[in-house]
Amino acid sequence: MKLINKIFRYELSNVLRSKWIIFYTLFFLVVSYSLFAFTGNNSKAILSLMNIVIIIIPLVSIIFGTMYLYNSREFVEMMLCQPIDRKSLFFGIYSGTAVPLSLSFVSGVIIPFLLRGNVQNQFGLLMLLLITGVLLTFIFTSVSFLVSLKNNDKVKGLGFSILIWLLMSIIYDSIILLVIYIFQDYPVENSVIVLSLINPVDLGRIFFLLKFDISALMGYTGAVFQKFFGNTAGIIVSFISLILWIILPQFFAFRNFKRKDF
Amino acid sequence: MIRIENIEKKFGNVTALRKIDLEIRSGKVTAIVGPNGSGKTTLIKSILGLVKPDSGKIFVDGKFVNGDYSYKRHIGYMPQIARYPENLKVNEVISMIKDLRNSDSEINPELLEAFNLYKEMNKPFRTLSGGTRQKVSVLIAFMFDPQILIFDEPTSGLDPVSSSYFKDLVRKEKQKGKTIILTSHIMSEIQELSDSIVFLLDGKIHFHGSIDNLLAEQEEDKLERAIARMMTEVSNETYK
Amino acid sequence: MYKRISHIARSIKLSVLVILLLSAVMFGKEIVVSQNGNIKTICEALKISRDGDRIVVEPGTYKEGNLVVNKEIELIGKYFPLIDGSDEGSILTIRSNGVFVKGFVFAHAKVSFINDNAAIKLDSVKNCIIQGNKFIDNFFAIYLSQSSFCKILDNNIIAYGKRETTSGNGIHLWYCKNIEIANNKIEGQRDGIYFEFVISAKIHDNYSKDNIRYGMHFMFSDSCNYWNNTFQNNGAGVAVMYTKYVEMYKNNFKNNWGAESYGLLLKEISDSKIYSNNFYKNTTGIYMEGCNRIAFSENNFDNNGWAVKLMSNSLNNIFTKNNFLNNTFDIVTSSRNNFNSFSENYWSDYKGYDLNRDGVGDVPFHPVKLSSLMVQQQPASMILLRSLFIGLLDVAESVIPALTPETLIDNKPMMRQIN
Repeated sequence: MKLINKIFRYELSNVLRSKWIIFYTLFFLVVSYSLFAFTGNNSKAILSLMNIVIIIIPLVSIIFGTMYLYNSREFVEMMLCQPIDRKSLFFGIYSGTAVPLSLSFVSGVIIPFLLRGNVQNQFGLLMLLLITGVLLTFIFTSVSFLVSLKNNDKVKGLGFSILIWLLMSIIYDSIILLVIYIFQDYPVENSVIVLSLINPVDLGRIFFLLKFDISALMGYTGAVFQKFFGNTAGIIVSFISLILWIILPQFFAFRNFKRKDF
Repeated sequence: MIRIENIEKKFGNVTALRKIDLEIRSGKVTAIVGPNGSGKTTLIKSILGLVKPDSGKIFVDGKFVNGDYSYKRHIGYMPQIARYPENLKVNEVISMIKDLRNSDSEINPELLEAFNLYKEMNKPFRTLSGGTRQKVSVLIAFMFDPQILIFDEPTSGLDPVSSSYFKDLVRKEKQKGKTIILTSHIMSEIQELSDSIVFLLDGKIHFHGSIDNLLAEQEEDKLERAIARMMTEVSNETYK
Repeated sequence: MYKRISHIARSIKLSVLVILLLSAVMFGKEIVVSQNGNIKTICEALKISRDGDRIVVEPGTYKEGNLVVNKEIELIGKYFPLIDGSDEGSILTIRSNGVFVKGFVFAHAKVSFINDNAAIKLDSVKNCIIQGNKFIDNFFAIYLSQSSFCKILDNNIIAYGKRETTSGNGIHLWYCKNIEIANNKIEGQRDGIYFEFVISAKIHDNYSKDNIRYGMHFMFSDSCNYWNNTFQNNGAGVAVMYTKYVEMYKNNFKNNWGAESYGLLLKEISDSKIYSNNFYKNTTGIYMEGCNRIAFSENNFDNNGWAVKLMSNSLNNIFTKNNFLNNTFDIVTSSRNNFNSFSENYWSDYKGYDLNRDGVGDVPFHPVKLSSLMVQQQPASMILLRSLFIGLLDVAESVIPALTPETLIDNKPMMRQIN
């Protein structure tokens, strides 16, 4: 644990100085500031931010994570020549990548919010946004590590990462839509709930739907979704799914890392 | 002392090491030579635990590699291409490694002077040239006064002055009774530095012994020629 | 000079005397009903009263079955005496013009499947006023039939019905004319306010919430005006049907949630004006079927699931200067044809620009999204809302409309919210 901590600290100071992270932080600062300052309507600003969060965070986390691990191959080599076990190194690097990404997102949103946001009324919504963003960062960094360790070829790995992002952000939803249309004569609501539980991007989005489109959800089939995702059991199941998305890819990535030749 | 027993390693369809048995004594410089792709680096990396052999065992000072990682405390390694966290400064990386090793060893100021590294210590790695990075690697390898020193192509990126200084250093360490392993494509360097030589080809050891023995065996007086001759011999054997 | 003044003074004295005498005849005497007094029941008081009398009822509980008022009297409760119907039919039936009822609590008019039992029933009367009463747990609370020029003011009506069949309406009008309904609070009835065949009524400042079916429901009731009312959280919202010349303004329609619940359901309404209303957090803000020539202006549609559902048989309706704010869907239609016009509205979803800075966006706005059609066809696709995939489909559809009405466009979308 002590070793993980040390590696994490150095990774953190390395990643925080990377120009991509600085750019990423600036991006959120500028976008959130302009949204909070110019839309006048804070819940709308948070809604727009949510749209950005569920698209940008998975994309940036998975690409940054993949590239970062490829580029730190020599660093890993160097570290492995030191008296360090692979477990500490792996989790040190993982946390050292996911935490700075989360930090730059959180600070990029929270600073403009404190300056221009409606702190009293929108704090709960903001927390939801931040938690969703941080979970997505950890999930997609985890996935990116698996991709990067499974593919030795950089270009192939990057291609895979973008494919996974496309799959989770766009293609998966189109499949759900197809399922809904193909099985339109059957009650598909429960299957759709299960399908959305599998995709972390959908889960993040659905929690925002429950906040912003509750009026629409209360009609028709929406009520079924509201009933599931709105109650404690549904929230717990969703949370477990998200946590599994962090743990499972990491577990497989670590299994690979342990056996890997450098 | 390093003992290697029956090591085998495949990368996909390519066999990198075939049933290698080797003993590397302390107080000597052992050179590992062979053409590109003969398995030199794989062998070194197996000793360092970077590569995990498919079968066989390696013992470093009697300790089994791949179990406890603490034996690495006694190894100083200089890789072929040294890359470090790009955004960290040299100082920071050095103190990081010190921190990881729980050591308070200081950098040898003589070395700093000789490599002219004083100015570079506060620069981030991304601004350093390849040669400077190599020098930093040398610095780190020697820093903790390890019992075992492993150099992979150490002089390839160094300028002649630094290179000769480096060789002096190696000799000094040998005198202290350390185990030193070295790979190089520069045969004169090997002849100059090493006591014994391991010739690897296609993942197999074809010769292990002193340089004098090798020269006598091949009836040559230049190491380069002796090696070349051995290579043709081996390939002839395989074609027969 | 003096003579003249004393003459005037004398004539004043005389006229005061005449007025006093007259008023004794006109306004009659005051009868006090008290459980400790001579007259112990309202029934008795009604029996001995004459036109113009005032009956004052002292505090207490009065269980007297069905009381009938057939004289022009005032019935005043002091500190809210309770008239309990004990679940035996109606409580107070008014059959005389000019009756004034104030300050009572009416409870337990009987639930019936045959009779429309009500706490107060006005039958074929004029000029009656029902003011400042409380109604608790009645089948119907106030029931007017074939009456005119009556006022229902400041009443507080509450019921605890669970089902539509065992629950009556709060204020129920049938074949009435020129009625004013103001400042009432109605809660938990079947329909809060119910009109059928009513002409020229004025309904304002009422608060109708948590009713089992409609907050307000009216049919065949032309030329009525509705303003400043709030309809909140009713089972099915507000429904207005088969009517002309309606004017509705400054009303609030809030939190009417459910598949069959509408902020305002308009069916076969024509030549009407609906303006400055607020539609907030309804599953459907306005639902229109067979409506013609309605002008919608300066309404706020805020945070609704569907701000406006416009069925294809609605023609020539005009939407101007409305605010559409953060609705899941702004407009949906049932057909690709459009015969209604949209202009100068503010749409929070509008992403166009205004190069000449005249406050009007340079690019027209398409308020009908492809996703709204999808959700209409396949409600389960609701779960995909706000996803990148759906966003892409919506953008593609707005660039090249293939399924949504091409002509349903706001050519002058405003850049700023309309105040």
